[in-house]
Amino acid sequence: MADTASRPPRVSARRAARPPAPGGSPRRRREAVAGYTFLIPWFIGLFGITLFPMLYSLYLSFTDYDLLQSPQWIGLENYVRMLTDDPQYWNSVKATLVFALVSVPLKLAVALGVALLLYRDRRGVGLYRALFYVPSLLGGSVAVAIVWQTLFGGQGAINEILGIFGIGGRSWITNPSTALGTLVLLAAWQFGAPMVIFLAGLKQIPAEMFEAGSLDGAGRFTQFWHITLPMLSPVLFFNLVLETIAGFQGFTAAFVISGGTGGPADSTLLYTLYLYLRGFGDFQMGYASAMAWGFLLVLGVITAIVFRSGSLWVHYADEGEH
Amino acid sequence: MTTAPSTLASAPLAPQAPSPAGRPARTAGSLVAHVVLVALLVVALYPIAYLLGTSFKSPQEIANNLNVLPESFTPKNYADGWSGIPGVSFARFFTNSVVVSVGVVVGNVVSCSLAAYAFARLRFPLRGLWFALMIGTLLLPHHVLVVPQYVLFNSLGWVNTPLPLIVPKFLATDAFFVFLMVQFMRGIPRTLDEAAAIDGCGPFATFFRIVLPLTKPALVTTTVFSFIQTWNDFFSQLVYLNDITKYTLPIGLRLFLDSSGQNSVGPMFAMSALSLVPVFLFFLVFQRLIVEGINTSGIKG
Repeated sequence: MADTASRPPRVSARRAARPPAPGGSPRRRREAVAGYTFLIPWFIGLFGITLFPMLYSLYLSFTDYDLLQSPQWIGLENYVRMLTDDPQYWNSVKATLVFALVSVPLKLAVALGVALLLYRDRRGVGLYRALFYVPSLLGGSVAVAIVWQTLFGGQGAINEILGIFGIGGRSWITNPSTALGTLVLLAAWQFGAPMVIFLAGLKQIPAEMFEAGSLDGAGRFTQFWHITLPMLSPVLFFNLVLETIAGFQGFTAAFVISGGTGGPADSTLLYTLYLYLRGFGDFQMGYASAMAWGFLLVLGVITAIVFRSGSLWVHYADEGEH
Repeated sequence: MTTAPSTLASAPLAPQAPSPAGRPARTAGSLVAHVVLVALLVVALYPIAYLLGTSFKSPQEIANNLNVLPESFTPKNYADGWSGIPGVSFARFFTNSVVVSVGVVVGNVVSCSLAAYAFARLRFPLRGLWFALMIGTLLLPHHVLVVPQYVLFNSLGWVNTPLPLIVPKFLATDAFFVFLMVQFMRGIPRTLDEAAAIDGCGPFATFFRIVLPLTKPALVTTTVFSFIQTWNDFFSQLVYLNDITKYTLPIGLRLFLDSSGQNSVGPMFAMSALSLVPVFLFFLVFQRLIVEGINTSGIKG
């Protein structure tokens, strides 16, 4: 390492730039040592808690492992079973896709709508914003899931309210065609967090743009389509990525509302819940690992699609004209 | 009632500059907007009000009274719920939740600030690679790691203790907070570091005396969000804690569901409401930070 400085033509520009001046060298080296010292905990975490377990889980996914006996290598059997011989697996895939595809757009639409209402008029914005944020703050808890289960149950308040309008009640939780809907509503109800991000984005749109727009005779809806939405698209993209990732990982509410079963008829069997049941309900660690890798791959593909699509519709102000 | 104080407070401060011609239309429009907003607010806050109201109702009222508010407030549900699980009181669950949450907060603040300082301020070989890996773990779903981590912690004999929930946080595994602090530290003027270096401070002294004190806002954000996240967390606590005396609040609350009869709704709601109090207190104290801080930090870049 020390002689790299004496042979400058052989090394890359970056390495050569590191230890050139005789005075700077010890200081640089001290800084490098300090850098790695500060990162010691992080390195232990990266290798011990993240990378090594990832590789180990890849290995486990090719084995039969119940935590008591040592893992038995079974090749691709877990994956084959998962894809061809486990109807529950496909039920969980379906429930997760429906949940994410409905709840994410619904949540973002409500968030954007309320943000637009709040942005127009600045009176009391702070208070509204704080109050609308409360569901996002508490919504992920078991406590709120319990409330939801009671609200939408057979004798729940939702039925009482619907009864006032003459709509016949039913148990929304125990009916396979509506149970997932209650989870979607619970997710969309937590629209406060993306709303706050939309509000911050709206504030950054220069007011002159709207003034110029109205001088040109653009109405409110024209302004929304041609000014607000394009200018807000980076923020919309940011929210979409965050909410999509979160949407595919929903667990708590599905667990609580279905009593830990994913029922009725697997209708609320979100992917992570099914993974939990296989891995920690009946300790099929190998199978759960295969499921985890399937999840990682699919989520990776979906994230990539979202990012790809971004280049089509996300408009960055500093991009310049095409 | 909820909107009145703020309207009064902001009225003198908002002189409403736009053209006189546009003003009447604006006021009418804003009235409609307020009506819509208040209606939405009622819907959005109804479940919380329902939780609170029901927690103070007697069993008869829970069955018969449709109103959110009870006719007579009774704190009995709270007493019943507190000792509602045979053999263990909710004080135990609260204590366990506090232990886990405080452990996570301390772990995140300490380890993430150390890692963030290295990434934000120090030059060392392969920094780019490690930073990219750190960002990569940011997007990694937690559920992918849960099985192998369980096997690991099981072999260490840590299952059914709070250790698997706390120790990883001392290893800067919450990449989100590392990233948050890196972004924040990059905003601190480098001239301060240089001045410290001239005064003879090495990297360690610069970190502790200059950078860390100036990073306080990001440390507060990390504290608040780590706490709320951990307090509400269910998945990993469910996986690792299986002895009732080790249960945290979310796991303890679930016991009510298993024994659910119509009579247990009141105590269950009372304990649910109580479990949300610490999060709500954090929200009251750090409201501005929570609503404006972390969520917008990602897009200001």
